[in-house]
Amino acid sequence: MTKNTVLGLAAFAAMFAATASAQSINAAGATFPEPIYKKWFGEFKAAHSSVAINYNAIGSGGGIKGITEGTVDFAASDMPMTDEQIGAVKIKPLHFPTVLGGIVLTYNVPGVESGLKLTPEAVAGIFLGEVKKWNDPKIAAENKGVKLPNEDIFTVHRSDGSGTTFVFTDYLSKVSPTWKKNIGANSSVSWPAGVGQAKNDGVAGTIRQTPNSIGYVELQYAVNNKLAYADMRNAAGKWVKASFDSVTAAAASSKDLGPDFRGSITNASGPAAWPISTYTWLLIPTQIPDGAKKKAVVDFLTWMLKPETQKEALSLNYAPLPKNIVALEIKQIASIK
Amino acid sequence: MATPTAALPEVRKRPVAGHLSGGDGVARALTLFFALLILVVTVLLVVQLWNNSELTRAKFGLGFLTSAVWNQNSTPSRPEEYGALPFIYGTCVTAFLALLISVPLGVGAAIYLAELAPPKISNGLTFMIELLAAVPSVIFGLIAIFSVVPIMRTTVEPFIKKGLGFLPIFSGPTYGFGYLTAGLVLSIMTLPYIISVSREAILSVPREQREAALALGATQWESTWDAVLPFAKLGIIGSVFLALARALGETMAVTMVIGNDPKINTSLFSQGYTLASVIANEFPEAVKLHSAALVELALVLFALTMAVNAMAQLMIVLTTQKGSGKG
Amino acid sequence: MTSRNSRRNALNNVMMSATAVCAVVAVSTLFMVLGYLVYNGGKSLNLQFFTNLPVGQGEEGGGIANAITGSAEIVSLASIFGLPIGFLAGVYLSEFSGKTLGFLIRYTADLLNGVPSIVIGIFAWTVLVVSMHGYSAIAAGFALSLMLIPITARSTEQFLQEVPRTMREGALALGASKWRAIATVIVPAGRKGIMTGMILGVARISGETAPLIFTSPGQQFWNASLLQPQSSLPVVIYTYATAPSDNAHQQAWAAGLVLLGLVLVANISARLIVSRGMSIPK
Repeated sequence: MTKNTVLGLAAFAAMFAATASAQSINAAGATFPEPIYKKWFGEFKAAHSSVAINYNAIGSGGGIKGITEGTVDFAASDMPMTDEQIGAVKIKPLHFPTVLGGIVLTYNVPGVESGLKLTPEAVAGIFLGEVKKWNDPKIAAENKGVKLPNEDIFTVHRSDGSGTTFVFTDYLSKVSPTWKKNIGANSSVSWPAGVGQAKNDGVAGTIRQTPNSIGYVELQYAVNNKLAYADMRNAAGKWVKASFDSVTAAAASSKDLGPDFRGSITNASGPAAWPISTYTWLLIPTQIPDGAKKKAVVDFLTWMLKPETQKEALSLNYAPLPKNIVALEIKQIASIK
Repeated sequence: MATPTAALPEVRKRPVAGHLSGGDGVARALTLFFALLILVVTVLLVVQLWNNSELTRAKFGLGFLTSAVWNQNSTPSRPEEYGALPFIYGTCVTAFLALLISVPLGVGAAIYLAELAPPKISNGLTFMIELLAAVPSVIFGLIAIFSVVPIMRTTVEPFIKKGLGFLPIFSGPTYGFGYLTAGLVLSIMTLPYIISVSREAILSVPREQREAALALGATQWESTWDAVLPFAKLGIIGSVFLALARALGETMAVTMVIGNDPKINTSLFSQGYTLASVIANEFPEAVKLHSAALVELALVLFALTMAVNAMAQLMIVLTTQKGSGKG
Repeated sequence: MTSRNSRRNALNNVMMSATAVCAVVAVSTLFMVLGYLVYNGGKSLNLQFFTNLPVGQGEEGGGIANAITGSAEIVSLASIFGLPIGFLAGVYLSEFSGKTLGFLIRYTADLLNGVPSIVIGIFAWTVLVVSMHGYSAIAAGFALSLMLIPITARSTEQFLQEVPRTMREGALALGASKWRAIATVIVPAGRKGIMTGMILGVARISGETAPLIFTSPGQQFWNASLLQPQSSLPVVIYTYATAPSDNAHQQAWAAGLVLLGLVLVANISARLIVSRGMSIPK
């Protein structure tokens, strides 16, 4: 063994020792809130250097499976767990909403830079495969003056278990009886047509590369990559643009979330509400045996619910939680044993 | 270095099991232990696959292999149900397309490299082609997304559609993602195996065959086609099976370009799914029945590659028995 | 020359040219693949990529630094575990094995070698990730070692078998016990080939993505712990290739270039070591 090898091994061991002393927490789940979570976990580590929360964005379905099988310390999901799913977990998970976000229909249509308007019927028709071309009357009717090409619509959906899919299909189930009957709402459904790609990134990336395509992604993915996204007509009959304001309006005009914070705010009734809005949750076990981990998780939750931290969501086009929800959540933190 | 003692030990024949003493016995036991580990791990693997697919095997039985329904979300009109057929179809179609392109190309190149090219060039080029086999699958996927998919979408598929669009296999929208693109990418990945093994099979045909044919007045091509290839046939077929085995198990490059649609679609331009791709995409989220379905797909994939590999081994063994080594 | 002869000659020329074209196409494919990667990777190379940690969407910068170290860690784990086991199993197959057990182990090794890497990923997830309650570099290393062991065993066996009988008999005639003969004469004689097989095996597993997805999906921070998931080059390439931002694409190309560079350097040096052109087990 040469001197260099020994030095190399020593450096490796030192690095190992140094980082082993940090408290490592593993979380996995939704890609919907990945931008804000990566930002927050990074900031939290910068402020508390001994706590590193590593987040793997593998989709909400993966997060729920992770918390069920016990392969993660906590999970993230845009799909609230069903009673059946909660029942399958040994240690009951608590739902902690973190931010509000919106899902947009982002598209790449040559010649249509922005401002496409889509009705609920058009969106359902596109994804059911009934509206096949961009210049179909269902789309053209609301977009007079826009030159829509006579090209096939190429739809992109998620190939992995996705909370974003759940929220989108939940919305479609509310606005289209055909969709509700034949396809339903879940983290994975049987899409009539189109390409499946993994993660919000994959859908946005494919749309960016492929002309005449359309798909559903979380707002920030469209904004950050300068992809066009459509205005939509909401349940109140008004045309709305997606933004943290319209998402906040959706939450405001929806029924209260239940005591366990599970609830849907899609197709909200308010005049300024963005129709495909949702809360996104962290799934935290009620019992965390490791004392240091528990403290780290509790510290993070407390920090995240602070107004300054919540405000940061705006910079990435998410909306902060309503104050009453924050107050209730702070109470729920005490339930973590 | 031990010096011989006055009493030389008797020359040992190849030891029969159990008759090794001292250090040899330990050495044998130690190495046997690790060799047996291979056996143990493989058996464990198969047992795990079998056990974890229990739910779907019990519920759907053999019908799983012939069902084309893949529905995770139960609705009033459709229950949760799984079937392997779309994935078996996708795997077979993409593998077939891959071989359709790479076998003629590969055997042709192998003939050139074995029969025509001067040895130095032949060795050099083969070396470079074998490097292609070392390129990781995900890198092929990376390249395919940015180069192959757009070309297929804008140029190749519309071109084919213009001429042959009346055929059902060339109908429908051309998005670049689909069976055809996946098959093309797989063909590039299987090419080096065909070339490398076929070339060796051809080289191992005895010189006398060629010389006899040429002495009888055959042209170079006739000598190759009539006198050499029949002897190399088994090895070439073996290379095809080897390439097929690789194509069946390919995950990353395929899942990035095939479109991930769990249906049986007729047109080669349409999206599809392979056994390996669906496992990669859906396993991280799958629980209970869904998870069992994916594990059963893994079992099917395992059985398929096992069968194909066995055929490949058989062919190659038969060839080396036939041929008498390189000239 | 009769017309039949000229037909035969024409056919000969056509077919031989056709095969030359095939060879040219095959080689061109290699050059196009490499060239495209080098071109795009070269354009994207940036010191920042090699020293920075990844950042989230909407933030500038970011790099693949911990993917490089993560890959190194996972592959090292796999090698520490897999190479000795494979080597010793190969020694058994070559030097000690009887007919039936030897056949069985060889067949199983080839079988394991042929198992698609995604299936190995499922196995590693079931066996290690669930029981250890989390993703880890160990689980990833274990998965990769399962692919390394059969390759190493078979190539070790092959190169040991090629050691000439005269050397074996000479060692034994000089009074060496079997294990001494193996350790001091036979293995050293075959060491070039054995090392080659090991290098090629390690190069192959360092490019595998599928098993890593289930065992070590990623890491945001500097973290060398074996019990934590690590980032890795193949997974980073897979994630960033399908992402929308140009920054992500650049990092994917840079990572691809690094990975391919390592794999090719390993392959070329391995083949140069064994300069006799022996056939490498596939």
